[in-house]
Amino acid sequence: MTSVRFSLNGESAEVDVEPRELLLDTLRDRLAAKGAHAGCEQGACGACTVLVDGSGVRSCLMFTVQASGTEVRTIEGVGSPGALHPIQQALSQHHGLQCGFCTPGMVLTALELFETDPHPSRDRIEEWMSGNLCRCTGYVNIVSALESLAGTGEAPS
Amino acid sequence: MKPPRFDYVAVRSVAEATEALAQTEDARILAGGQSLVPLMNLRLARPRLLVDVNGVRDLVGFGGRNGTLRFGAMCRHRFLETDPLVHQKAPIFAETAALIGHVHIRNRGTLGGSIAHADPVAELPALLVALDGRVIASGTGRERAIPAAELFAGPFTTSLDPTELLTAVEVPAHTDGDGGAFSEFVRRHGDFATAGVAVIVHRDASGTCESLRIAGCGLGPTPVDLSAAGEFLLGESELGDGAARELGKRVAAASDPPGDVHGSKDYRRDLAAVLAADAVRRAWQKAGAARRDPGG
Repeated sequence: MTSVRFSLNGESAEVDVEPRELLLDTLRDRLAAKGAHAGCEQGACGACTVLVDGSGVRSCLMFTVQASGTEVRTIEGVGSPGALHPIQQALSQHHGLQCGFCTPGMVLTALELFETDPHPSRDRIEEWMSGNLCRCTGYVNIVSALESLAGTGEAPS
Repeated sequence: MKPPRFDYVAVRSVAEATEALAQTEDARILAGGQSLVPLMNLRLARPRLLVDVNGVRDLVGFGGRNGTLRFGAMCRHRFLETDPLVHQKAPIFAETAALIGHVHIRNRGTLGGSIAHADPVAELPALLVALDGRVIASGTGRERAIPAAELFAGPFTTSLDPTELLTAVEVPAHTDGDGGAFSEFVRRHGDFATAGVAVIVHRDASGTCESLRIAGCGLGPTPVDLSAAGEFLLGESELGDGAARELGKRVAAASDPPGDVHGSKDYRRDLAAVLAADAVRRAWQKAGAARRDPGG
């Protein structure tokens, strides 16, 4: 077992894990961050997306031991039920989610997009979000939601 | 699925990495992990030891010297895609890296990892062949250069020794009159390409084609060098539509692609023709533009 420390949504986390434990499982099973969803567990669906030092990663393709010393952000660190983040608000307003399974990954992926480019075009949004699969919406409303934020300057952080 | 048990060591130097590789049978390097970890999750790969090189500073960075560009093996795809210096000094790397997977795959995946993994449909191994580059491999106490032509031995197989670490990738420096293009076909954005063709052209000050190199991915068990198909364009100063299509025909004829669920042999040959014609048109035009506008 290895002791691993990192910051999770601004609070320090410490876990003892085997090297084979995936960051996704540590977040879900040890740290109650159930918003990181286990979809395909082979890097194809994007449901497990989290930000590690601000950079989006698939937490099913990263071992927890690799997160040592990093800052991890999950959906639990974005908005709250009473005060939605602008991205969450926009998805809600534009009917950009149905079952919600893909939504945490979508929101975190979109956060990184707006931090990289506050004024993304529709094409850029489509390209950027293409690694996150949604089986309900058909994507159009997700893209429209994000497009509504482009240029408003409200999306980041 | 979850990966089977393994031992793990995070190394800080190339020497530590090669020592760890030499000491354990069936040790594997963990770079970006975007190919290896899925294989481990599916239990198709069961290494006894993972040697994590993400903390090795000597493996990052990019620079040029004596007509050669050198990339540290841990240059991530996203770095290649976005770094202004890479755009200026090695634009074909930026163009090619942008074709790989999705942004989160590119955030983690690395140049050296992709080349050492040697997936026959991957873009960067084909680009290395098109550029006639080489890799630098370190073993315990020794270092050697392996030319691209001698590196790829079969699907997912290279001539790297299991105790060697790929530390850097070297290609000839981009000069005035160089133009490169990578064209690929993919059914769903971000998936592995069904087939892809890289073309690297050099035209002299009068616009005459002095060299033309071609390599393909998804067209054989390894990245394939198809440069012989372009020899008829050497010495030409114009590339008409007929010549581009003729090149496509020759590339298709020289290819022996596999047939599988993603496309039959004939379908991939047809793709090779279209992609080669597109890539040569774009590379040819860039080579001319580079000559007229040394800044671009």
